[in-house]
Amino acid sequence: MNRYLIDRICRWLIYAVVATVVALILLFVGFLIAKGWSTVNWQFLTTASDDGLGIRDQLFNSLYLLILTLILSCPIALGSAIALTIYGEKSRFASVAKMAIQALSSLPSIIIGLFGFLLLVLKFKIGFSVLSGAIALTFFNLPILTQSMSLAIATVPSSRLDAGISLGVSQWHTIIKVVLPEAIPGMISGIVLSAGRVFGEAAALIYTAGQSAPKLNYGNWNIFDSNSFLNPLRPAETLAVHIWKLNTESIGPDAEVISQGTIVVLILTIVAFNFLARQLAHHWQHKIYR
Amino acid sequence: MEPNPLFTRSKEIRQDNWGRWLCYISVSILLLLVVTIIYFISSKGIQTFTKNHVSVWSFLTTADWNTGTLSGGKTDLGALALMTTSFVTTMLAAALATPLAFVIGIYVVALQPKFGQKFVQPIIELLLGIPSVVYGFIGLTVLVPIIRQHFGGTGFGILAGALILALMILPTITSLAIESMRSVDPSYQKFAYTLGCTRWQVIYHVILRISAKKLVVAVIYGVARAFGEALAVQMVIGNTVQMATSLVSPTATLTSKLTTDIGNTIDGTLPNNALWTLALILLLISLAFNLIVKGFTKGDRAA
Repeated sequence: MNRYLIDRICRWLIYAVVATVVALILLFVGFLIAKGWSTVNWQFLTTASDDGLGIRDQLFNSLYLLILTLILSCPIALGSAIALTIYGEKSRFASVAKMAIQALSSLPSIIIGLFGFLLLVLKFKIGFSVLSGAIALTFFNLPILTQSMSLAIATVPSSRLDAGISLGVSQWHTIIKVVLPEAIPGMISGIVLSAGRVFGEAAALIYTAGQSAPKLNYGNWNIFDSNSFLNPLRPAETLAVHIWKLNTESIGPDAEVISQGTIVVLILTIVAFNFLARQLAHHWQHKIYR
Repeated sequence: MEPNPLFTRSKEIRQDNWGRWLCYISVSILLLLVVTIIYFISSKGIQTFTKNHVSVWSFLTTADWNTGTLSGGKTDLGALALMTTSFVTTMLAAALATPLAFVIGIYVVALQPKFGQKFVQPIIELLLGIPSVVYGFIGLTVLVPIIRQHFGGTGFGILAGALILALMILPTITSLAIESMRSVDPSYQKFAYTLGCTRWQVIYHVILRISAKKLVVAVIYGVARAFGEALAVQMVIGNTVQMATSLVSPTATLTSKLTTDIGNTIDGTLPNNALWTLALILLLISLAFNLIVKGFTKGDRAA
């Protein structure tokens, strides 16, 4: 067999495999969407799960946890990213920290969840609550966010810093006014991508945010009331945890239908996040390098 | 007397120190977090051995998990079955996903870069965004019944777990494989073409050879992800602690056991401590994966 024949056979084999895999994936995602599509309507999104087919409170919990997580993790990740890429670029401390972040990002999320359970629920006695969940998700999110923010900052040429020094302004001033604005596109898409990851996370939440969603009162703005939607100390089951819970314990009659609907909501939200990240990065890039 | 402006700190210096402190505090929070995680899980995990006097050897080498029947100081706690299932499932998943990932990588990098980058890669990466519970749900409602029909048994077991995990780590390995194949210097390929090599010869003898080390790292990342995955596996593995007799008999992994039981045991008791020991084992193994990756990427510039 000559080498041209081998070349041709191998190439066709590769095409065939790729086509099959891509077709299967499209089929898989299409199947997921098609199965749950008929379940999702306005009523499904706005009915409490106690009152029938609905995921109102789980949806709100997911969004609430996501926002709290981002509020907690963004400043710390940003500070760490600046420290690692600008201040201590070549220091020993930074290389140790980078290793630690690498290790943290590779820990299984169930470990993060169990650690959160141990520290927040058992030690600090916060209980299964929004707050515990948000802190655990912050632990989960921090390494990834720090890495993507570091990458975004590292793309800014270091000549900006030298220029700042020669003008006699502080390095901090240069970072805040010049480097960060330039790094913003990368950082925003990093944040949005991590938001997608956080939104679908369940393993870190089942023992921190809890597995029950008490019915919420959206008119009650007193955050100390147990049925207020803003209360950070109530248990909060998210969409992902809801799917898990429905399918592992006491499978009810509607479990499958509700799960399928919830999956559609989850996937569409995450795809929207990823699409947004791509578009934002694209848009900002054009703005800056016009 | 007015202080001499030459010897006072300027506003710029003070501002800079302030910013520097703020940043180093955030890094310290991260470092503290890593140290606390390791400390907490270890201190909880070794209590099985220090407080309940279970021997480390028997814990690691026996396969029975009976937290209820304890008599005469003899314990029946062994993590061997859990660890074996974890490893077998993970390896099987990697064995299924790796060839596909490499083939897709070759396609995207060497055969159809334009179409591959625009369509194939985003479609593969679509899988990355899907939450693990969704894979678990599909495994539970679609895969398990199919396996039950064709292979017998309950359908729950290593086969279902490995198939689901393979699907989950496919995008991880593919993205990293694409990245590493792309980093091969194009001048080598041009050189090979001028020598009269065919496309396949360039792919096999140049691209794959040069990126081999990075491809191994890609697979290890995939394996690490599969090993730590909890919910998706827990939903399809069957959750019975026993050595699997076949690929379709119900069993349990480290992660699935943790997920199922940690909420059902009382804090401080032996059954609970033993679970924390499992968490410790899981933590140590994922740190070990890290070290292996570190060893492989030692000489490279970017890690």
